[in-house]
Amino acid sequence: MNASLIVLELAVVVLGLVVLVQDWFTPAKDRRTLGYGAVLGVAVVLLYSFFAFDGTETLYAFGNAYVLDGLALWFKRFFLLAALLVLIMATEFSDSFESGQSEFFALTLFALAGMMFAASANDFMLLFVSLELITVTFYVLVSFLRRRVESLEAGVKYLILGALSSGFLVYGIALIFGSAGTMNFNELADKLANNAGLAHKQLLMAGVLLVLVGLGFKMAAVPFQIWAPDVYQGSPTPTTAFLSVGSKAAGVVLLMRLLGTAIPDLAFNLEKLLMAMAAGTILYGSLCAIPQRNLKRLLGYSSIASAGYLLLGFAVMNRAGSSAILYYLAGYLFTVLAAFTVIAVVVKEAGAEDISALGGLAQRSPLLATTLTLAMVSLAGIPPLAGFFGKFLLLKAVIAEGVRWHAYYWLFAVAVVGVLISLYYYFNVVKAIYWSKGATDMTPIPVSVPTRLALAVCIAGMLWLGINPDGALELAVEAVKSLKLA
Amino acid sequence: MSLLSAIFLLPLLAALLVLCIPRNYKFVIRLVALGATLASMVLALTLFAKFNAAPVENGFKFVEKHAWVSVSTLKLDIGWHLGVDGINLGLIVMGAIVAFAAACVSREIKRLEKEYYTLLLVMTGGILGAFASLNLFFFYFFHELALVPTFIMIGVWGHGENRNYATFKITIYLSLGALIALAGLIALYIQSGANTFDIVELTKAVKARPLPLAAQSLIFPLLLFGFGILVSLWPFHTWAPLGYGAAPTATAMLHAGVLKKFGLYGLLRVGIPLMPDGASAWLEILAFLCLGNIVYCGLVAMRQKDLNLLIGNSSVAHMGFIFLGIASLSLVGVTGAVVVMVAHGFLAALTFGLSGALREKTGTLEMEKFGGLLRQIPFLGAALVMAMLAGCGLPGFANFVGEAMVLFGSWRAFPLVTTLAAWGALIIGAVYMLRAVRNILHGPEKSEWAALKDASAWAKVPFVLLLAALLLLGVWPRLLTDKIQPSVAAILTMANAKTADKAPRPGDVKKAVDEAKQRAVQPR
Repeated sequence: MNASLIVLELAVVVLGLVVLVQDWFTPAKDRRTLGYGAVLGVAVVLLYSFFAFDGTETLYAFGNAYVLDGLALWFKRFFLLAALLVLIMATEFSDSFESGQSEFFALTLFALAGMMFAASANDFMLLFVSLELITVTFYVLVSFLRRRVESLEAGVKYLILGALSSGFLVYGIALIFGSAGTMNFNELADKLANNAGLAHKQLLMAGVLLVLVGLGFKMAAVPFQIWAPDVYQGSPTPTTAFLSVGSKAAGVVLLMRLLGTAIPDLAFNLEKLLMAMAAGTILYGSLCAIPQRNLKRLLGYSSIASAGYLLLGFAVMNRAGSSAILYYLAGYLFTVLAAFTVIAVVVKEAGAEDISALGGLAQRSPLLATTLTLAMVSLAGIPPLAGFFGKFLLLKAVIAEGVRWHAYYWLFAVAVVGVLISLYYYFNVVKAIYWSKGATDMTPIPVSVPTRLALAVCIAGMLWLGINPDGALELAVEAVKSLKLA
Repeated sequence: MSLLSAIFLLPLLAALLVLCIPRNYKFVIRLVALGATLASMVLALTLFAKFNAAPVENGFKFVEKHAWVSVSTLKLDIGWHLGVDGINLGLIVMGAIVAFAAACVSREIKRLEKEYYTLLLVMTGGILGAFASLNLFFFYFFHELALVPTFIMIGVWGHGENRNYATFKITIYLSLGALIALAGLIALYIQSGANTFDIVELTKAVKARPLPLAAQSLIFPLLLFGFGILVSLWPFHTWAPLGYGAAPTATAMLHAGVLKKFGLYGLLRVGIPLMPDGASAWLEILAFLCLGNIVYCGLVAMRQKDLNLLIGNSSVAHMGFIFLGIASLSLVGVTGAVVVMVAHGFLAALTFGLSGALREKTGTLEMEKFGGLLRQIPFLGAALVMAMLAGCGLPGFANFVGEAMVLFGSWRAFPLVTTLAAWGALIIGAVYMLRAVRNILHGPEKSEWAALKDASAWAKVPFVLLLAALLLLGVWPRLLTDKIQPSVAAILTMANAKTADKAPRPGDVKKAVDEAKQRAVQPR
């Protein structure tokens, strides 16, 4: 038992509780300071994580249910950074909540704690509990604008589908426990390695597939993606941002643990399935994004397509693929949060979420226009931004596998089709910013200092990961070392 | 910053600088763009002057090498590697001159100047960087960097009603081509077993152990068609006239003149030498596809009523010669192809620049609306006549040298194609070029153009520069061919490793150049 390992998670939970308690003593007009306090707290935890742990050795706690290794630490820092930027956005956005601003910050922090636990899950029990912590807090965060029908609709949809997927997940875990007799990832891997009969048990495979349903739901991968566009559109923008970055990455890290730690010997049986899911997710996300006019819905579909690119890395099942996933996610964090921060400001100003609300943005706020353009260009995978190198690494991993099995060349072809389609809708956004006619409102949009800082961080991240990938890639490679991969 | 890297990093840094200038300081922004491209041109000319024929290891001079990404566990090694040999030297110099000319003609842009000049400078830096890179990753990286501004510039500052359609068409076509080529390049990285994107290392690895035939026959078509789409190889050319018709002048100049040569350069630098067996299966097909460019697109150009569409189609037609020269795999033919690449860069920039100037003055490019303009605009008119004559291969211009060499070089390999190409180029090219000259410049004067003014002294600079380059290389082609020839010979020894019977004979180039010069002084 080594409880000191969960100090980061504890700090975040305590921070959330402090925000809730402090809320009693804070007059309504000063609630913003609580948001900035939360931002500061998360920043401190993030900094502390660099001093407290270095991730070179694998540490266990709570009967091996909790693991702290390079991968866990990488994802914890990832989630902390995401939450930091989301909280800045949320503080700016909190004026539009009629009440419960502090609860919004606290719930975001609790979801963050869930994600951080998920990064360390080494046991199906912790996997389930941390996922539930994330999902349940998100039920509330999604429907936070409770006077808006869209927000409530999104909340109900997320609740029903989330509960359904949790049901699948629990059922899958039960089947795995029933056939293998353990919940622990390491023990399961040992049993699979030593007992050839177990690996061929249909029941175990069925359990794994059902767990995959639960994780696919988190990542918004086809065919479990149905909720994403509606929920993205209806939620408050900070929630959408956190969903698309944090929640997706939680699914990614759990899937990585599942394939790389719990069932490394079975993982190759899932190769075809993952390839099909990747291809389907890329095509579905890209094709459905074409006609969208609502910015958040568009990004919802684009986030489905991104889940597809991440699945490419899972389909190849090796170190190159996994480190490419991490790299892509890191770029995705800065890119998507930049986009959502801009959208949050613009939507607040214009009151509409349509693409046409971006008209004249180049004149109204060059900073916002530049940031959103860079984000779109990065999402489209164009140098010299982060998205390019991430996609390059993923595609390179796919082609490298093509030598082994030619079907990977077809997977690459599908990814290329996805990239081409995505150029269309990302450039539509850029087009709306710079050369749409009929923009009537030309008043400058004020951008607050914290938002400016958040945008600067995002731009710096996008450029840094695109221009100088060496160090970040080295970190990603270090992080996936603990996985048992080819 | 070494001389070579300064050539393309200067425009990129200038782009950052422009971003920091307030948008009301339009004059300063333009001055920065002009200054950066001028400096880059001067540096490129210095590079050209300093480039000597002394043989060096690996054939590349002005080499600059740094580590960039090196992760041993992933077998990923991408380094920053620059260098020039005879082939990309000419392209870099041509690109830098065209970029300066493009910055000069950008006076037509009257809105969002800040964004425009930023993109123009990024495009310039990207193009020149792509040609200077000896690492396939950066080769691709810089090309993409130049490509994206092209799309945005056509969309924002483009002309015509269907510029949105043109923007998306060119975006999708060119991105598809680039991604197919990327697939080929990554496959090459993996299949070569060398785990490197470095062209020099790859060449060494392939020399030591040629790629397996299966890999060659997979990768070569990927590169051929990926790069082919980028160069508007028939039948994947339909984006080109449309895109150039809609593009702002400078974008059309830079893309048609310089960026398009990227695919040809890639084919020559990577496809042919590293995959000789893959190439031998496809080159004959390529030779016939060239006819599609030369003859079919020439015929299409004949039917055009809009000057820009005519130039766009003729530019596609000229690509056929370069493909034909490359397909011939003979020293004369490939050297000629490189000369055409450079010459066509100047020519395309010149013609698009002139048509842009004409559109700025008259507001239209429909040739039937013009007539007798030579009297009102003697300078622009004379320059247009010269450009058109250069386009149909008149001796004295660089294009003639290159095209003649291509035809000489390809005769032995593809006599039928060469015959048809020569006819197509001479007859069809002359018909549409001369007809354009007659429609626009000759004939009765029309009253609506009576007040037309000729280009001002400053506006003449880019055209004089481009014409001078065309004429200089036309009368003194050895300036270029002597530098190109050894590099081409090195590539051909690799390309002909399997087909020894086509090995080039020494002295072929000199003979062809001499013949070309003789014909240049004799009347036809």
